[in-house]
Amino acid sequence: MSTIILLTLTGLALAAMYFLLAAGLSLIFGLMDVLNFAHGAFFTWGAYAAWWTIAQISGEFRASTPAFLLALVVATIVGAVLAAAVEVGLLRPLYQRPIYQVLITLGIGLALSQLTAVIWRPDARTFPQPRWLADTSTVLGARVPNNRFLLILAALAVLAGMLLFLRKTRYGLIVRAGAENREMVQALGIDVDRAFTLVFALGGALAGLGGAFGAAYFGSIDPQFGSVNLIFAFIVVVIGGLGSVTGSALAAVVIGLAQQFGNYYTTWAGDFVVVLLLAVVLLVRPNGLLGRLR
Amino acid sequence: MSGGGRWRSLWPVAVLLALLAVPRLDLQIPVIFDGPLNSPGTLQLLAVGFALGIAALSYNLLFGFTGVLSFGHALFFGTGVYLPTIAMRQWEWALGPAIAFALLGSLVLASAVGVLAFRTHGVYFAMVTLAFAQAGAVIVGKNVGELTGGEEGLSLPFRRLPKWMVGVVNTDNLYWLTLATLIAVYLVALRLVTSPTGRVWLGIRENERRVEMLGLRPFPFKLLAFVLSGLLATVAGIVYLFLVGGATPRAVSAEFTVTLLLMVIIGGSGSLWGPVAGALLYHYLNVRLTVWAGSDVVADLPALLRQPLRDPLFIFGIIFVLLVLFFPRGLAGAFVGRRLRPFGRSLGGAVPATPIGRSEELDR
Repeated sequence: MSTIILLTLTGLALAAMYFLLAAGLSLIFGLMDVLNFAHGAFFTWGAYAAWWTIAQISGEFRASTPAFLLALVVATIVGAVLAAAVEVGLLRPLYQRPIYQVLITLGIGLALSQLTAVIWRPDARTFPQPRWLADTSTVLGARVPNNRFLLILAALAVLAGMLLFLRKTRYGLIVRAGAENREMVQALGIDVDRAFTLVFALGGALAGLGGAFGAAYFGSIDPQFGSVNLIFAFIVVVIGGLGSVTGSALAAVVIGLAQQFGNYYTTWAGDFVVVLLLAVVLLVRPNGLLGRLR
Repeated sequence: MSGGGRWRSLWPVAVLLALLAVPRLDLQIPVIFDGPLNSPGTLQLLAVGFALGIAALSYNLLFGFTGVLSFGHALFFGTGVYLPTIAMRQWEWALGPAIAFALLGSLVLASAVGVLAFRTHGVYFAMVTLAFAQAGAVIVGKNVGELTGGEEGLSLPFRRLPKWMVGVVNTDNLYWLTLATLIAVYLVALRLVTSPTGRVWLGIRENERRVEMLGLRPFPFKLLAFVLSGLLATVAGIVYLFLVGGATPRAVSAEFTVTLLLMVIIGGSGSLWGPVAGALLYHYLNVRLTVWAGSDVVADLPALLRQPLRDPLFIFGIIFVLLVLFFPRGLAGAFVGRRLRPFGRSLGGAVPATPIGRSEELDR
C-alpha cells in the first residue's frame, strides 16, 4: 500500500514538472503553430539559473530557504527573458516558413543548452536544496520527499492561474481567439505579434520555473537536463491535444503516473508504456485527448 | 533524363577518381589532416563521413524530396547497426545472414511504422515517428532481453568477419567498401528521384492536396519514400558498423536524427549530393574541433573564446541557426548555378530552386 502511495505521489510530481514544461509548448503551438524545440533549453537555463542563484547566496552545497525561493524567481525571469529574446530576435523573421521555424528552434535549443556547458562545464552538478525540502513526510506509511508536494502545489497554482488568464483577461481572450483563428484576429485589427511574444515569454517563464523544480526533483542538473525531459513534454502535449492547457494537465498526469508505475516493475517499462500510449492515443484520436480538429 | 547531359560536367568524375585514389596517395596535407592522406586515421575519418553521408542522403529522400519531416530516422540507422551485431554476437550467425536479417528487419519495421504514422500529418507525424524511435532507444538503452548491451553497447565479433575487413591495416578496404556503397546508394537515389514516382514525391512536397486532386493517393507514395529511405539508412548503419566495429546507443538516439537533419541543412535539402557534403563537413568538424580544442593555439586564447571553441555541439547549434536564417539552401544552394554542380543537369529539371518550407506543410 505504501508503495502505491509513494509511486502515485512521485508520479504526480513528475506530472507536475512535465506540465510546467508542456503548458507553454502547447500554448505556443496552439497560437503560432511553432513546435518549439528550444523549450528544453529554457528549462535547462531555469535549472542552472536556480543553481547559480543558490550558489551565490548560500554556497554550492547547501541552500537556505530564502535562497531557494529567490532561485525560483530568478529561474522564472531567466526563462521568460530568454524566450522573449528568441521570439523577437530569431523566430519573427520566419513566420511564413514553418519548417524553418522548427529547424531554427532546434538550432537554438542545441546552442543554448550547450552554452550552459560552455559556461559551467559539461559535468552534472548536485542541486542544493533547503533541508526541509529534501526531508520526507510520512503519508499513510509512505515516506515522500517534501519537494514532491511543493512541485504538485506549484503546478496546480500555475494551472489555475493559466486558466484564469486565458478565460478572464483580455489578453487571454486574444490568445484563445488567435489559437482558434489567427487571420480573423489580425483582421479585427489586433496586434497578434505582441500576443506571440507574450505567450512565448509566458511559456519560457513556466519552463524556467519547471527547470528549477525539476532540479529539486532530480537533485542534480546537467546541460542535457532539458532535452531529456523535452521529449516527454512533447508526448504530453501531443496526447493532451496541441493548444489545450487542460489537455496538457490531464495528459501530464497520465504520463507521469504511467511512467512511475511502469518503471517500478522494470527499468524500461515506464518509458516504453509512455511511447505506446502516445501511439495508441494518436491512432484513436489523431488530435489528442482534448485537441480541436484542424 | 538525358544521358549525355549528366557527363557534361567533369567535376563529379574528377572528385570520384580522386576519392577512389585516396588510399594510395601518400600526401601530407598540413593543418587539414594530421597524418598523410592514406594513413588509417585519415581514411577512417573520411569513411565514417561517407557512411554518415549515406544516412543523410537517405534522410533527405524523405525530408527534402517528399517534404516529410520524420524524427524517427535513427531507428532505421540503428537497425543497421544493432541487428547484425546482435545476430553475430548473441546468436552466432554468419555475416551474410546477419546483413540480410538487418535489411529484412528494417523493411518490416519501416513498413509497420510508416503505415501507423502516416495516419497522422505534419507535426503529429514527426511526433509519432519520434515516439517509435524513442521506443527503440529505450529497448536498446535499457538492454531489454539482455540483447543490446545497454548503455555500453556491443562490439562486433571480428572472427565472424572476412579477414580483409578486420584490423587497422585493412582500413583502405573498408574505405573502398564504404565509398562504393555511397556511390551505389547515390545512383539508386538518383534513379528514384528522377523516376515517375520521384516526380510524385516532389508533387507531394510542393502541395499534397494538389496531388490528390490529380487523382493520386499520396499515402502509398509517402509510404514508399519512408520505407526506401529507412532501408537505405539501414545500409548506412551496416557500413558504419563495419567502420566503428560495434554498436552504441547513440545510433538510435533522437540526437542522431537531429544530427542527420543538421547535415542535410548544412549541405542543402534541394539536392542529392548536398547532404553527403554536409555529412562529410559535419563529421570532419566534429572530429577536428575536438582535436583543435586541445591544441596550443586554442589554449592561448582568452577564456571568452576558448570555452566555446571546446564545445563542438555549441558551435554546430550556432551554425545551424545561421544557416537557417541566411543560407536555407545550404552548401548545395550556394553552389547551384555555378560551375561546381555535380549531376546538376539531370536533377535540374526535377528539383525546383526552392527547397522545402512552404507554408502549408506543417500545420495540416
